[in-house]
Amino acid sequence: MKQFSNRYIFIFSSVMVIAVATLLAMAATMLQPRQLKNLEIDKKKSMLESIGIESTPETTESLYDKYINESFVLSSKGEKVEGVDAFKVVLKDEQKKPLEEQYLPVFKATPDDREKVIIIPVEGKGLWGPVWGYISVKSDMNTIYGATFDHKGETPGLGAEINTTSFERMFIGKKLYEADKFVSIGVIKGGAKEDDQHNVDAISGGTITSKGLEKMIADCIAKYNDYLLKNRN
Amino acid sequence: MSTQEKEPMFSAKNLKLLTGPVGMNNPITVQVLGICSALAVTVKMKPAIVMALSVTIVVAVSNVVISALRQYIPDRIRIIVQLVVIATMVILVDQFLKAYAFDVSRQLSVFVGLIITNCILMGRLEAFAMANKPWPSFIDGLGNGAGYGLILVIVAFLRELLGSGSVFGYPLMQKLGIYTTGYENNGMMILPPMALIIVGCIIWYQRSKNPSLIENK
Repeated sequence: MKQFSNRYIFIFSSVMVIAVATLLAMAATMLQPRQLKNLEIDKKKSMLESIGIESTPETTESLYDKYINESFVLSSKGEKVEGVDAFKVVLKDEQKKPLEEQYLPVFKATPDDREKVIIIPVEGKGLWGPVWGYISVKSDMNTIYGATFDHKGETPGLGAEINTTSFERMFIGKKLYEADKFVSIGVIKGGAKEDDQHNVDAISGGTITSKGLEKMIADCIAKYNDYLLKNRN
Repeated sequence: MSTQEKEPMFSAKNLKLLTGPVGMNNPITVQVLGICSALAVTVKMKPAIVMALSVTIVVAVSNVVISALRQYIPDRIRIIVQLVVIATMVILVDQFLKAYAFDVSRQLSVFVGLIITNCILMGRLEAFAMANKPWPSFIDGLGNGAGYGLILVIVAFLRELLGSGSVFGYPLMQKLGIYTTGYENNGMMILPPMALIIVGCIIWYQRSKNPSLIENK
C-alpha cells in the first residue's frame, strides 16, 4: 500500500466532502418539489379516505377539489380565524403552542350521499412515534361518518394495524357525545359490543398504540367542543 | 478507469462472484452479517423485497466507486471514505424513493437510512472493492445483494404466511378456509425473535447439507 502524506489526506478528504455535499444538495433540491407534492397528495388522499372515497395518486387532486369544498381555521373558543390556510396548518406545531393560540383546522366536505360532513385532523403519540389521522363527523356534530389513521413506525402486524380498513371501519356510526357531554371514542380490550356507541375494539398486541390512539381522539376533538355544540342540527 | 478486462466479462471467476454469495458464501447464513436488518424488515414480503433491491443497488454502486478510487484512497482514512460513499448512496436512494415511490418509502421508513449500518456493505468494500477492479467489484456487489435478498425473501415469506396469514398482502390462509378448522395466526412470528430463529434454521439446514461449512473443532 502506497504511503500518502498528511497534506494529500487533507486535500483528499476536503475534496471528497465538497463533492459529496454538492451532489447531495443538488439531488435534494431537484427532488424536493416532487417530494412535497407527494406529501400534499398523501394528505389529500387521507382526507378523502376519511369520508370513504378511495383515490389513486393520479385522481386524488381532482377528487379532493370535487368533494372537499371549504376549509377554515377555528380558535379554541370555536370562532373562525381569518387569513389562515387550513391546509397548511401543521398540527404537530400547533400542539406545542398554548391552547388559546392554537389553530384548529376544519374541512367541510359533501360526499356522494349529500351528507354535509366536517373533517377534523387528529395527531398524537403511538408506541414508537407519531400517529395521526382524519375523522369525519356528520352534520349532527356527533356521529362519526368515517375515520382514517396512519402512523410513522408502529410495530408491523400489531400497532401498525391501525391504518387498515377493518380497524377504521369500526369507527363508523359511533357517537362522540352522550347528550351534551363529550365522551369521545374508547379503544377497549376484549371487544366492544355491537350496540356500544362509544367504543371500538383495540388491537391485540398493540395496546400502547391503541391507548395512544384513544388519547389522540379525545384530546384533539375535545378542542372543537364549543364549535361542535354550537353547530348541531 | 475502464471496465475492460483481459478475461471475458462473464468468465467463470466472475460468475462465481455472483453465485458464491447466494449459496456457499451467503452474507447472512455463512458470514452472519446484516442480521439486524434481516430481523427488522421481514415481517411482510413487499418491504423485504424493496429493502433487498435498495441494498443491492447501494452495495453494487459503492463497490464500483470505491474500487475505481482504490489507488487514490489514503489507507489511513479508508474506512471514513467508505462510510461517506455508502452514506451518500443511501441518502440518494432514500430521496429517490421519497420522490418516486412514496408508498414504499413510507413502509420502509427508517430502515432505508439504516442500510448505512448494514455490515455487509462495509464488509464488501473493505474485503473486496479495495483490492479488485471495478467490474468484478460490481458483480460482487450484485451477488452479495442477491444473497442477502434471498434470505430476506425466504424469512419474510414464512413470517408473513404464518404470522399474518397472507402472501404479498393477499389473504391466502383466509381464502383457503384454514381458519374454519380452528387455526390461528401465530403472533410470535411477527416479533423479531422468530426471524432470528428462522435464520437459525436456514443456517442449520445449509450446514447439514454442506459439511464443508462446519468449522473443525
